[in-house]
Amino acid sequence: MYIKINIEKCNGCGSCVNACPFGAILIEDNKARINEACNLCGACIESCPEEAIIDERVKEKKISEEYKGVWIFAEQRDGKIASVAYELLGIGRRLADTLNVELSAVVFGKTDEVEELIKWGADKVYYVSASEYSYLDDKLYSKTLVQLIKTYKPEILLAGATAIGRSFIPRVAASLRAGLTADCTGLEIEKETRNLLQIRPAFGGNIMATVVSPNSRPQIATVRPRVMKRGEYDPKRKGEIINIEPLRPSDKVRILERVEDISFCKVSLQDAKVIVSGGRGVGGPEGFKMLWELANLLGGTVGASRAAVDEGWIPYAYQVGQTGKTVCPKLYIACGISGAVQHLVGMQSSDIIVAINKDPNAPIFNVATYGIVGDLREIIPLLIKKIREGVIE
Amino acid sequence: MKIIVCIKQVPDVTEVRIDPQTNTLIREGVPSIMNPYDYHAIEAALQIKEFLGGKVTAITMGPPQAEEILKEAISMGVDEAVLLTDKRFAGADTWATAYTLSKAAEKLGFDLIICGKQAIDGDTAQVGPEMAEFLDIPHVCYVRKIEKITKEDMIVERLMDDCYEKVWLKLPALITVVKELNTPRPPSIRGRMIAKKAEIPKWGLEEIGAEEDKVGLKGSPTMVKNIFAPPPRGERRILEGTPEEQVTTLLRELRRLGCI
Repeated sequence: MYIKINIEKCNGCGSCVNACPFGAILIEDNKARINEACNLCGACIESCPEEAIIDERVKEKKISEEYKGVWIFAEQRDGKIASVAYELLGIGRRLADTLNVELSAVVFGKTDEVEELIKWGADKVYYVSASEYSYLDDKLYSKTLVQLIKTYKPEILLAGATAIGRSFIPRVAASLRAGLTADCTGLEIEKETRNLLQIRPAFGGNIMATVVSPNSRPQIATVRPRVMKRGEYDPKRKGEIINIEPLRPSDKVRILERVEDISFCKVSLQDAKVIVSGGRGVGGPEGFKMLWELANLLGGTVGASRAAVDEGWIPYAYQVGQTGKTVCPKLYIACGISGAVQHLVGMQSSDIIVAINKDPNAPIFNVATYGIVGDLREIIPLLIKKIREGVIE
Repeated sequence: MKIIVCIKQVPDVTEVRIDPQTNTLIREGVPSIMNPYDYHAIEAALQIKEFLGGKVTAITMGPPQAEEILKEAISMGVDEAVLLTDKRFAGADTWATAYTLSKAAEKLGFDLIICGKQAIDGDTAQVGPEMAEFLDIPHVCYVRKIEKITKEDMIVERLMDDCYEKVWLKLPALITVVKELNTPRPPSIRGRMIAKKAEIPKWGLEEIGAEEDKVGLKGSPTMVKNIFAPPPRGERRILEGTPEEQVTTLLRELRRLGCI
């Protein structure tokens, strides 16, 4: 169950000390010693040139064979199935085909798009259409999903790493004593064990980790929006819709109202394909109007650095970075953002990054696919003008 | 009003890097800090206490040196703090962590538990809602505003992906908070003096009455198989020329890549 040092073999070289992400190894009297900060990640094992680190983490296998099938939770907001649900069907289909099992979707709340889930790859849809499920009621959602899982026993459950998924899925995992991995960016099947390899960023995206839940089922993971690709759409695809009786909500929590702030993004930051983001260099709320104009032209939305939010130029909901949101659009345009690490960890996994900044030494240029050293007040209007004119060449 | 705030000591993740040559972590000089969201959780608890009276207790699970952040919490005005520390707690994933914290919360008794939205080392945001399930109480995540609170219930606003939602919930309950909720107070001089002298109780497995096979590595359904450096970003290019030329090149490139 633990990682140990073979004192005979250890020569105190310290390779493991550097390899440890948690600072859990010390050299004392020329020998390595692992202390209680150890997280059993195993990073030290391969680092040892003397093979003096013993891996005793291997656990006995006792997974139930009854658990079969891949499930995805298809969230709806205001009756519309979230885009991430179709992405989950894409990856879910691949996993299900590898495992040679069925792919099912679970939908809570009324929507007209249940059939769409089948056309995008689901074999079955478990559907609770009652109005109590229209908005996220964490207790009701988790209780219902737990009951479905106990009845049908899927081996894998995927949900979006969205406000909804990240809020109630942990309750499901806690109740089932199942492994839950947050914010996965990659999912694969380890063929021999049928284990789900869950790849996710840790330490603010500076490190990637592969996580497994070898002894519990279902294996539950939340997946970031816009990371997985949709599968194939087949309008003739047939599947089964199973209507599920609703449970009664608890009397301990009630959604009173949805506040649709008019200043709020039409496209949520996490779903946006294009984000035009502004920092201190934007200069004020007026500057953000220009960013909005560009974002609208590109079919995207606006983001901001902490500096701009702290100045009060734009609400906190738009903040990208360590204490804001993590985004991965296809295109991220950073305007007047210097690129503090706290900002970079929230956006560095974007496909294409464009940086516009006056300071040629700004760290944002280190992650930028395309950098423009210049005044954004000159560059952005030019961009807007050229896009409007359709002048590309 | 008994309020528990769950806090965590984390490495300052912005300082953690993998050496691309050796694939090992460069962690020299990486300082330990209190998770940034937790200051907002503490501030929320202190404000509620000022309004309704009661007591605020900060708890954390971690190695002995995690006491530092509990002292910091006391210096901000928290009444008491408990450190959950035990070799058997080591290697806990979110499930085992939430279980351990819930056992401590049960022992302390509470009307409200407040957590930061997530910790910046793991970024999972799972421990709060998992605790609520273990304790069989309602929870609300991403609280940006506390509109009303009494000894029996509260109304909060939560930040969703595309809107805000106003939620009523009955106490006892758990909330996780985002930084928009408040501005944390700095430690006072008096607070610092109290923190310096404070004796922080250390609770292990027996003190909280936890089952050994539900804590630490043994109790954790997930395990880390390996870690690696993220793939490096592709080519970088600074666009030259007049603004006119720069913009033209940029648009041509973005069009070529299918971005626009």
